[in-house]
Amino acid sequence: MVVISDIIVQGVQMLLVLLLAPLLTGFVRKIKARLVRRQGASVFQPYRDLLRLLRKEVVLAENTSWLFRVTPYVTFAAIWVAAALVPTFATGLLFNWTADLIAIVALLGSARFFLALAGMDVGTSFGGIGSSREVMIAALAEPAMLLVFFCIALVAGSTQLSTVANFMASSYVGLRVSLGMAVIALIMVALAENARIPVDNPTTHLELTMVHEAMVLEYSGRHLAMIEFGAFLKLLLYISLIACVFLPWKIALFGTGPLAYAAGAGAYVVKLAAAGFFLALFETATAKMRVFRIPQFLGAALMLGLLGTLLLFVSKSF
Amino acid sequence: MSSLVLQMSCVAGLLGIAVLAIVLSRAKTSTTIIYCATTAVSLVALFGSIRFLVGEAPNASGLVLPVGLPWLGAHFRLDALASFFLVVVNLGGASASLYGLGYGHHDPAPHRVLPFFPAFLAGMNLVVLADDAFSYLLCWEFMSLASWALVMAHHREPDNAKASYVYLVMASFGTLALLLAFGLLAGPTGDYGFAAIRAARHTPYVAALVLILMLLGAGSKAGLVPLHVWLPLAHPAAPSHVSALMSGVMTKVAIYGFIRVTFDLLGQPIWPASVVVLFLGGTTAVMGILYALMEKDLKRLLAYSTIENIGVIFAGLGLALAFQANGQKLAAALAFTAALFHVLNHSFFKSLLFFGAGAVLTATGERDMDKLGGLIHRMPFTSFVVLVGCVAISALPPFNGFVSEWLMFQAVLQSPELPQWALKIMVPAVGALLALAAALAAACFVKAFGVTFLGRPRSTAAEAAHEVDRYSLSAMFILAALCLLAGVLPGLVIDALAPITIDILGGRMPIQADEPWLSIAPIAESRSSYNGLLVMIFITVSASLSVFVIHRFASHALRRGPAWGCGFSDPTPAAQYSAESFAQPIRRVFGTLVFRARDHVDMPAPGDVRPARLRIELHDLVWEGVYLPIVGAVGFSSDRLNRLQFLTIRRYLSLVFATLVTLLLVLAIWS
Repeated sequence: MVVISDIIVQGVQMLLVLLLAPLLTGFVRKIKARLVRRQGASVFQPYRDLLRLLRKEVVLAENTSWLFRVTPYVTFAAIWVAAALVPTFATGLLFNWTADLIAIVALLGSARFFLALAGMDVGTSFGGIGSSREVMIAALAEPAMLLVFFCIALVAGSTQLSTVANFMASSYVGLRVSLGMAVIALIMVALAENARIPVDNPTTHLELTMVHEAMVLEYSGRHLAMIEFGAFLKLLLYISLIACVFLPWKIALFGTGPLAYAAGAGAYVVKLAAAGFFLALFETATAKMRVFRIPQFLGAALMLGLLGTLLLFVSKSF
Repeated sequence: MSSLVLQMSCVAGLLGIAVLAIVLSRAKTSTTIIYCATTAVSLVALFGSIRFLVGEAPNASGLVLPVGLPWLGAHFRLDALASFFLVVVNLGGASASLYGLGYGHHDPAPHRVLPFFPAFLAGMNLVVLADDAFSYLLCWEFMSLASWALVMAHHREPDNAKASYVYLVMASFGTLALLLAFGLLAGPTGDYGFAAIRAARHTPYVAALVLILMLLGAGSKAGLVPLHVWLPLAHPAAPSHVSALMSGVMTKVAIYGFIRVTFDLLGQPIWPASVVVLFLGGTTAVMGILYALMEKDLKRLLAYSTIENIGVIFAGLGLALAFQANGQKLAAALAFTAALFHVLNHSFFKSLLFFGAGAVLTATGERDMDKLGGLIHRMPFTSFVVLVGCVAISALPPFNGFVSEWLMFQAVLQSPELPQWALKIMVPAVGALLALAAALAAACFVKAFGVTFLGRPRSTAAEAAHEVDRYSLSAMFILAALCLLAGVLPGLVIDALAPITIDILGGRMPIQADEPWLSIAPIAESRSSYNGLLVMIFITVSASLSVFVIHRFASHALRRGPAWGCGFSDPTPAAQYSAESFAQPIRRVFGTLVFRARDHVDMPAPGDVRPARLRIELHDLVWEGVYLPIVGAVGFSSDRLNRLQFLTIRRYLSLVFATLVTLLLVLAIWS
């Protein structure tokens, strides 16, 4: 019985992230449009975009190899597996012991590794420019994220995400300087990893200013649909991650009844909406940075993460 | 037959093959015969050492041969630690020999390679087996000289002579440091047997000095920054299967020496030692990979990436020293296991990648990545296995590189309980450096694979490339499979390493075979666990599921068309991103500080028809700041001393007299 409910909880979470991810992106776009007093497309537009892309034919660049055609599925799978490991409305996922926070970073790293290779596969300068900038951003964002997770793991005494969420939700953690630094650093990393303003502009149409978009410039049809879907999922993943670690309000603990699960799911949707709103607000209020200002931005995240971890190492009370 | 006797007979066999190679010398079939024989002998030695390591409670056994110093003899001993490194050596040897069966036929001068190849393998085996200082140093020198001869195999190529000269100088320097270290360890009684050294008590000063000398001696062979300068010169200069052995295996033999002395012979470590090792390890990891990112020669890039991995291993050993000095056996075992696991992993994927580079070299005759490209179309199998190697070395799941990196991070997270303040600050900083190195490694191998195998060919040689022979491919496929196996079944490897940690540290990690579903948990499942097999299954299942759904419901239409060029489709492949331009963002972020990198743009005025030029200025600060001054000082003093050759007999006599008086004075004051 317990196993069955475990499987249901795990399966529902995996499907839930798939279903909610496009909605979240649509919601962010809608809010952004409303903030600049435009009507904006419906919040369901990303679903329609995905369906439209699925129906279109694929135009492959002449030089591309099998790697280019495999990459959309590999990246999507890696991001989905990572997203399935992050508790959304309930902790105690069935397979939470499969991989921990460090493995989630590495899974996202695999997705990016293949996307960057696909950018190089085309044999044009646009793919190259996108890949080379993306790996530069990743080279700073990934260690920053790992340090944030070190910090969290030291506070919670575990790198296991469900254990961390349980710890943060159940016991009195209190206000900690380290965790404050960690949350700021993680938000900065999340902005960079999801190619959001101020690091990258997801809606740009000028190739030379693109980073992520330049890398996937040659993708079309069903391949592009998978990559877009992966990007939606990744945004959802980061928000769920921040929510479950730093804002575990109402998250259903392991083994509580269906009522708690329902409350957790409701709270989760509210958290997503709030995060989406603040993301849209922030993106409307700031301008994109020059490419070579990004290292300073991410360097600050790295230093915050390191400082937070260092504080935990040298003292127990921060 | 005892395992040690088996290993020694394998060594004798290898030496015999070396002699046979001299005899056969220029015979047509010599390449096939020699590599077949080394493959067979290495395989026997490999299975012997695996059987010893994972068999029933490995008992150390010793052997004394009546050679060497008359009052000492030559001691050899096989214990758990030695058998693990024998596995690394002989696995590398067997795969390199198998690869050589195909690759060796392209060698322009096989008679310069064949005799030294088995001798090199024998030398590495002997270093690991040696059990007294004298035979250790002798075998170490034998290994160095054999590898030096292999570096000199293509002696007419430009730069190879310089590479082997630098190697020879650095190897001699390293041996000198080792000689002094063993001299100190043996103490005034001069007992050179390892058993006697282990039993003796060493004062902290001696221990500190020995540690520094070992870092110089073993560190220069392994490639610790700033002693690494010979490595990117010498490793690529050798034939590719030898490069793989030097990078993947010989550096590990140096690490074996370091472990044997600092963990085993010196006894209980002191914590300041770990600060030095951690610092060197972290710096080496980041510096090595930054050098690799700046490189556009494929084999040199791989050699620099070896330096990075050595840094990671030393960081793990530093953590183990820190925990061991504070008596935290479990954490020490975790860090030590992580380091040894990385030793094994690195020998897998670095050999694989060097084989891949050799295949590219055979197919195109090019090592310069800016003249390659598009090889994935012409060398599908090679590019697939090299891709596996690149993913593994970039520490991405579900491959093996990730597991050792993950264990390393788990060890870092064990360290807030360390009492010393220096370590409290040092360990998270090293953790950050390791994280940075891992991320940069991924960037580096996107570059290496992307520029070499993807895109459009940048030269006619790359256009005319063809797939390599079956032997080379099978060697690479075996290593790629091992990368995956060690990644999805890490528990087996960790359990196999347990006898070593019990032997050396007196503690072990929890038995991983007891964990459900083949997952690994370094301390306890509630703290951290990882299951490579399930991660692989999940990725495969979700990827297949999405492929199935897409192909069931989405459009199947597919058309090929020209790539989008923003209205200006570039006709020449030279307009693609090259190795140098790919690294440009990272060069700007890190290189301005580390390499004093500057871009000089020469843009002609409008109307001028001269082409615009971009020149990149990079400084190797280690070479310019440390080595060039030393070279200058040596040159200067030898010029001065040169004058002493042209003195009159009267002056020589007065010189001798003055020396005598000075020495007597010194003696008088001393006593």
